[in-house]
Amino acid sequence: MPNPETSDRHKPSARRGREPVRARPSARAPVARGVFGDGAVPQKQVEQAPQPEPTTGKRPKPATEGAVLVTGVCGRLGKLLVRELHRTDRVVGVDRRPFADRPKDIVHHQVDMRRKKMKDIFRGRDIRAVVHLGVLHDPRRSDRDRHSWNIVAFQKLLDYMAQYEVPKLVVLSGANVYGPQANNPQFLTEDAPLLGAQHFGGMRDLVELDMLAQSFFWKHPNTETVVLRPCHIVGRVHNAASNYLRLERPVQVMGFDPMMQLVHEKDVVHAIELALRPGVRGIFNIRGPGEMPLSHLIRKAGGRPRLVPSPLAKVALDQLWKLRLSNFPSQELDHLRYVCMVDDSRARTELGYEPAHSIDRVLRDVRRLRYQMA
Amino acid sequence: MAQGGSIVPFAGWRRLRLLGESPVRQALRSVGDRVVRLAEDVVGQDLDARIAGIRTHLNEVGHDPFGFDPETSRYALAVAALLHRRYFRTQVFGINRVPQDRVLIVANHSGQLPLDAVMIGSAMMLDADPPRFPRSMVETWTAELPFISTLYPRLGQVLGSPENARRLLRQEESLIVFPEGARGISKTYDQRYQLTDFGLGFMRLALETGTPIVPVAVIGGEEQYPSIADFKPLARLLKMPAFPVMPQMFFGMIAPLPTKYRLYFGEPFRFKGDPDDDDSAIEEKVWLVKSTIQSMVNRGLRERKGVFI
Repeated sequence: MPNPETSDRHKPSARRGREPVRARPSARAPVARGVFGDGAVPQKQVEQAPQPEPTTGKRPKPATEGAVLVTGVCGRLGKLLVRELHRTDRVVGVDRRPFADRPKDIVHHQVDMRRKKMKDIFRGRDIRAVVHLGVLHDPRRSDRDRHSWNIVAFQKLLDYMAQYEVPKLVVLSGANVYGPQANNPQFLTEDAPLLGAQHFGGMRDLVELDMLAQSFFWKHPNTETVVLRPCHIVGRVHNAASNYLRLERPVQVMGFDPMMQLVHEKDVVHAIELALRPGVRGIFNIRGPGEMPLSHLIRKAGGRPRLVPSPLAKVALDQLWKLRLSNFPSQELDHLRYVCMVDDSRARTELGYEPAHSIDRVLRDVRRLRYQMA
Repeated sequence: MAQGGSIVPFAGWRRLRLLGESPVRQALRSVGDRVVRLAEDVVGQDLDARIAGIRTHLNEVGHDPFGFDPETSRYALAVAALLHRRYFRTQVFGINRVPQDRVLIVANHSGQLPLDAVMIGSAMMLDADPPRFPRSMVETWTAELPFISTLYPRLGQVLGSPENARRLLRQEESLIVFPEGARGISKTYDQRYQLTDFGLGFMRLALETGTPIVPVAVIGGEEQYPSIADFKPLARLLKMPAFPVMPQMFFGMIAPLPTKYRLYFGEPFRFKGDPDDDDSAIEEKVWLVKSTIQSMVNRGLRERKGVFI
């Protein structure tokens, strides 16, 4: 148990009690926080109004009380997120990796999330929200590694959150937890069963992570838990979907051409920012600018599909995997065969989310990295 | 899917353009265009105008979210029009009874291959005015079949799941439903024109979305591929719902027999009630639809003079 003074300080009720008396000369974010109940007020409007010259001179002082803790901050998405967040909030980053080019006002802790040090981070300061991005996706790592990183570390994080009564948790899951299945409806809603691990054991811990977040949602009603399930995140990030679209001759399974959704990484960052507003809770599917057949996407990205029959593709991919020539597990071929698309109407109505990047922009950003590499 | 071109075995082969598909595509397109022109001459209707008249709900990038592709459908409509007008010489009765808004078209299923859906679809596209583009709900196992799983969505077919149907009906589209499913289509010849059990899902859907149901009787489908038996072990092996034994195949006749199709569209039903009612209450309503279709089928059989005329 923490000592009474510290724990009392962290109680959301105590903080909320102070709120009306607070005078805010800078009045940037907190005004926004106050009115944002319904989710209809766009954030930009409030950001622009009070301070017309934020680009030059000193950066505005973080106006909110309490910091936002971002795990896995050194990933591409984490970096993008904190670069947006640190303008309005105090940001604490946690990652095992060093964060060399970080903005100066971000406090970075280079720790393993499973270590005791994590507790000190919570104990030392007032944390108003936790954004969990520190999920290990690397299919080359052993099951044990992934389990201990994704599940054990996340459980510890949840324990600390409960102990210090952090009022907000945002978890980035993914539409992959639904899994591509032949009998999927064209659009999966948030209530659809999480069958991602049914044919692909590597997804097991990601499904479990999602489940853990859901059970935390029910066990701790004082914490607003948000689970985001975006479709394939692409952009200048190095993940399977982006790498696949960057190939000049990507393999397409012969006779299959499923509809596919992509979302730009910055749209996901925007969704996380929206999810951080007080009053938002629940599970939200995040969808990009529209769905297209896979072959159209490949061609639009500048590639030419290489058609391979499904059994041959599986055998070949297994061999390439074994020889470490490819980093795609053959079970992921199901993504190239069956639909796994999400319905984002909840995110649009309740979160106020709207993808800002068009499909051309998304694919241009994916492609840009290929040309840089070449 | 290996990284980079150089380490992929035989990557240089593409220079031989053996796998290059653009000449193949071009050839297919020219053949397709020829078929479309032929069909337009035979049918005497502008098929492209009919396709252009389809109202679908496109997404932000201009694609139908369910994968409907007008380019592919053009060829399919040409083939369907030839089958409809020349091969099966389909007679259509009462097509103007189909409402303009959302509608469920419920029909008897027959004939081993779903040509009855093709006939209803082409009747709606060619005979209805303005043309209606019906989507049919297909078995989920078709999504596992290569090529079929690509072709069906491009023609506007949708996997049979309640979520998909709900979404389409909310968009005021028309859906063809065969509540008998695989049981109906793989009937043997001795059970022809006897409706098997209807599923209840379509009725719950109609009640939930307030959709009128148009009963349709299809005559002529049962004789296109007479089946004398269902070879179950092979069906299980191939993971198909049934493996019909069709004598005409032994004589090398792969095409369906040129029976004469007759489609009877009935008056639409408008049911009211609780979609989550007990099965027994839903069954009563389903029974009403089923018996109507059965009596329409019986009347159609009485009226026809022969299978092929």
